[in-house]
Parts: sequence; C-alpha cells; structure tokens
Amino acid sequence: MGRTAEGIMSDARSQILGSVRRALRRDALPADKAAALEARLRDPKPNLIPARARGDAKAVVELFVEMAGNAAATLTRVKSAKDVPGAVADFLASQNLPASFVMAPDPELDTIPWSERPTLSIRRGKTDGGDQVSVTGAFAAIAETGTLMLTSGPDHPSTLNFLPETHVVVLPAGKVVGPYEEAWARLRAGRDGTLPRTVNFVTGPSRSGDIEQRLLMGAHGPRRLHVVLIED
Amino acid sequence: MESTSHAFKANVEKAMVDPGLQKALGMMKTGFQTRRLAAINKLPEFDRLRDQGRDIKNHVLENLDFYLERFERKVTEAGGHVHWCRTAEEARETILGLCRKVGAKTVTKGKSMIAEEIALNDFLEEKGIEPIETDLGEYIIQLRREPPSHIIAPAIHLNKSDVIDAFHKAHTHLDPDRPMDDPNTLLEEARNVLRPKFLAADVGITGANFMIAETGSTIIVTNEGNGDLTQILPKVHIVLASLEKLVPTFEDAATILRLLARSATGQEFSVYTTVSTGPRRPGDLDGPEEFHVVLLDNGRTNILGTEFQEMLRCIRCSACLNHCPVYSTVGGHAYGWVYPGPMGAVLTPTLIGIEEAGHLPNASTFCGRCESVCPMRIPLPKMMRHWREHEFERHLSPSAMRSGLALWAWFATRPRLYRLATGIAARLLGLFGRAHGRYGWLPLASGWTKGRDFPAPEGKTFMSQWAARRKAS
Repeated sequence: MGRTAEGIMSDARSQILGSVRRALRRDALPADKAAALEARLRDPKPNLIPARARGDAKAVVELFVEMAGNAAATLTRVKSAKDVPGAVADFLASQNLPASFVMAPDPELDTIPWSERPTLSIRRGKTDGGDQVSVTGAFAAIAETGTLMLTSGPDHPSTLNFLPETHVVVLPAGKVVGPYEEAWARLRAGRDGTLPRTVNFVTGPSRSGDIEQRLLMGAHGPRRLHVVLIED
Repeated sequence: MESTSHAFKANVEKAMVDPGLQKALGMMKTGFQTRRLAAINKLPEFDRLRDQGRDIKNHVLENLDFYLERFERKVTEAGGHVHWCRTAEEARETILGLCRKVGAKTVTKGKSMIAEEIALNDFLEEKGIEPIETDLGEYIIQLRREPPSHIIAPAIHLNKSDVIDAFHKAHTHLDPDRPMDDPNTLLEEARNVLRPKFLAADVGITGANFMIAETGSTIIVTNEGNGDLTQILPKVHIVLASLEKLVPTFEDAATILRLLARSATGQEFSVYTTVSTGPRRPGDLDGPEEFHVVLLDNGRTNILGTEFQEMLRCIRCSACLNHCPVYSTVGGHAYGWVYPGPMGAVLTPTLIGIEEAGHLPNASTFCGRCESVCPMRIPLPKMMRHWREHEFERHLSPSAMRSGLALWAWFATRPRLYRLATGIAARLLGLFGRAHGRYGWLPLASGWTKGRDFPAPEGKTFMSQWAARRKAS
C-alpha cells in the first residue's frame, strides 16, 4: 500500500525479467554472450534477400515501376526535374483536381522550377486535413514490392502522407534500390545511430477489405498515390 | 474480455444455424487462400524465409531478457518511455494514468489484439474516456458492441446489410434515406465520420507487429492508414505490445515482413508499414510529443520454457484461421475469447487456462493445414495434442471419454484379444450392414451417427489383411 507507480513498475520490470530467466533456466546472460549479441546489433547483417531484388540500377527501376503499378499506384516518367511541374499539373488535371497543393518544405523539391507553371498554387508546410493534394519527396523507393520510403523531419511532415486524398511523390531514379535492407542501410549510414521519428513504407494507396472482403480504395489515407519518376 | 470458451459446443450449435454468419463465412473460404497461394508462388524463396523467420524468433526467445532490456534502453535514449506490466490490470491502469495526465477525453485506436486481450475499451469507457476504433472492421464491430471474429478481418462474420444497419443506428446526424447499398459509400461515410475524431483525439493507441531492440522502434502494419493517423495526430502515442513482439534488428523485421502480408492477405506487402521511434524531434512539424510503450507480459513468461514456447513465434497473420475447416464452419466468435482458429486453440488455454478453454484444442480435425501454412512453422497440431494430454492427466476430460479410452487401452495392450474382438466386430458389422452399406445408428456411437452415416466394413480388419498379405508374399 502507498507505493508509487514507479515502485510498482520497477517491481514489474524485475519480476518479468526474473520470470524470463527462470523460464529459460539461467541467470542474466554472461558478459561474453551479451557482448556477442551487442556486436550483432551494432553491425546488422541482412538475412536472405530475394533474387528479384538483386538486379542492377536499371533493372530495379523497371521492377519498381512494375510493382508500384501492381499495388495500384500510378506513375509518370519524366526526363528531368524541369519536367516535373508539367507532369504534376497534367496529373491533377487528368483527375479533375484543382491545380493547388501543399508541398513538403524540402530543399530538394525547391530545386524544381515550379514557377514555370504559374497556374500551380503551392503552399509549403504540414497539413491539418484541409488540403486535397500533397506533394512530397521520398527518402528511397524499394523495387522489390514497389514501396516508397518516406522519413519524417522538418523537410517532410508525416501528415502529408496520410491526410490529403491525393499524394504525389517526386522520385529521382537514383533513389530506387532493390530490397528494404538497402534502403535502411542508406538511412543508417546518413545518421549517427538515431532515426527519424516516423519512417513510412508506403505501397500503393490506402484500402480496406473489411466489408464482405471487397477491396475498397481510399480508407483513411490517400485514395490516389501518384509517383513522378525523374529518370536522369 | 469475458470468455465463453467453456461454452464452445453451444456456441458452435448456434453458429452453424446462423444464416447470416454462414453466408459471410462462405465468402471467406476462397479469397484468402487463393490470394495467399498466388503471392507465395511469386516468391521462390518463401520457404527459406520461413526457416529464417523461425530461427530469428527462436533466437529472440532464448535471449528475451537481453533484448527486452536493450529495447528499453533504446526507447529511453530516443526520448520515449517503457512501462513494464505483468497483468492486464497493470496495463489498463498504466494507460489510464497516461490518458489522465493529459486530460484525455477521446482516444483513437489502431487495431490491437492485445487491447482486446486486456478489454481496454470497456475499461476506458467506465473511466469516462471515449475509445474510438479506427480500423474500418473494428469500427463496425465497436458500433455493434461485439468482439472481433478474426485477427485481421474483425468483421468478417458480417454481411453488408449488417454494416448498413449499424451505420443507420449510429450515424443519426445523417439523412436516414441516404443511399447506402454501395460498399464504397459505406467506406466514405466511415471515413467522414472518423476524420474529425482523428483530429480531435488527445491520445492515440496502437499495437505493434514488431519491436526492434537495435533502435527502440516499434512497427505497425496496416492497409487503411488508420494506424498512422492514430499515432501522428494526437499529442501522445501509446504502443501496447506483448513481450514476444521483439526482433533484434530492422533486417530481422524485414525477413518476417516478407512473410507476413503474403500469409495474411496475399499482398506482396501491406500498404503501410510504419517504423516509429520516440516522440517528434526538434524541428519536426508534426508527430506525437510523447511516446510510450506499454510492455505486457500477461502470461507470456509462463509459456516460455514449456512445450508451448513455439507459440510465442506467432505473428498473428491469420493464415491458420483462413485455412482451417473448423474455423470456416463455425466462425471466430464460437471460440469464445480473443484468439480464434488453430492459433487460438493453442494460445487461449495458455492465457486463460485449460479448465476454461479445454474444448478449443479438441476442436480440430488434425488435417494439419494450419501447420503447413504457418509462416513461422509453429507445430499447431502437436501443441493441440499436448493440451489434450494435459486435460487427460488433470482429469479434465469427460468421464465417458476417459472410461472409453481406458477400455480401449485395456484391449489394445492385449493384442490377441484385440484382434479377436475387432475381427468379430468387423465381421458382424459387415454382415448386418451389407444390405445398406452403412449404418444410420449404432450403439455407443451416436456422437458419430447423429451427424453422418457410419460406413459398414466390407471385409476383414487391417491387421488380418496385413497378416494375410505378408504370408502370401
């Protein structure tokens, strides 16, 4: 009685760890064994990587295009960054969407000559749900299953990936890799042991099969996921 | 959740004459199985990945204490908090405390079987906090105030008309004559009703498909995006997960992720796989300000080190349910507690006791399909047999069955007598049954003949045929 919540929790902690050790019929791991496990964690090795994800740079881009299509994403290929504004405008027009969107405050996206399409109305920042369309970059794309890897940060609010009904992702071909492990290794390499708060792996637009197992698109996240792939 | 597993037989009798349920179950048989097979056929490495997935989880279980402490350290380093909870009650109180600290009125929830296990919704409601399920299937059954009947398709026991009824009753602010026949309009309605709730919630609670010891991250896998809106919009993100969800590294999670969606829905990958680490970082424009992991034992450490340990490899994909002739005949509610199907038949008695759930491991034809499709290679039939042995040893099985088995054992350990008696029985049954070729009724066998005919033997017993053939050759 009268014990603090912290006290109860530290009891719970030691009791759970004690139960685990009793069940495994041993004490805490000896130092050498624990060090070996630490080493495994410090230098993570991939397990089996499916053959389909091991193609060269050109092959993984083609595979990504195919797999993203299988997952019901749409995709436009453009030659260079200067073609992106036109591709985005055309896509929005083809879907009868207004030529206005919220864009991630991403320096990479700012290098795109948006002003060449003065009809596009662009706001930079996060969204509170009032935007129909968002445009973001991607940290990487994974060919194996046509998956985009989006990392949160000041340059990429996660709300842009989920609240708008239409999400357009601008993707330079150099960001496409074969397997998930390679994309994750790139993320690890660029940071000193820390991760972004949120890493979203996104494979096609939102869907649900919860009513009579019929596939319905646009459950809570975007109804449309469109990729503009920059080839050079 | 209150269990009715002890009433399994009565539940089954009700389920089998429920026309709505039978119609809904009829739709499930082909879908999941066909899609799973198609996805696996496209990945030649699938079986080798299963071996690796099994080995990863075995490795974690053998070193669980190490990985738990390592995970806790990394969560803390990333600015999050780990709350160790032995029981459902401790987990509920911890979550309530976190909600009260921020004065939460509403809580959005991603799909979590552990939340069902600890009956979180009822508890929060009692305490004046409104829990809102956001997965479409979970939302539908929350409106109907019933538990999920399937791990990944919680409303699979319902037909569209049931959903229409539920929405009519709940969404009274909408025009009662609005057209609702198209499932797309139902989805649209749920989306519109839930969107403001996502934005208003003070706390978001999700489960976890994985916890990563290397980084202190948690992973959820969804198709709708509801789990993501649940965790990035409110001030506080609480992850509710049981101990065995740990994996060492992202690479290990990736291996099992290659198995999960293919085994579950037959997708190559689920739409949203989200890795969450700590609260929002300085400079981030959105994301939760607090990140809490409620780490729940609730019986897991009792399973560790026993003949049921392998059950802790389960990744809740539902492949065993989707391929089970018993599940697809009786549905999930008949099992009486949170986890249905073959995995439930093994797991439920470990968590709520064999006295309560003894019927479940007996509800099996031992066809073995569950084990053959399990991505983590869990020997489910073997473990159901273990439970039957436990029941017998602890004198929990019915006395008629026990005396029947005792009688059989007495005969079976006396081979000559056994052969003589079965030989006579086979001859007599063959003789009297010759006219019809079958029996509609037999003494002491009404359990069999009530539902189907007993075929009349056409010749000698297996043993005598065997002996005859060996002599001839």
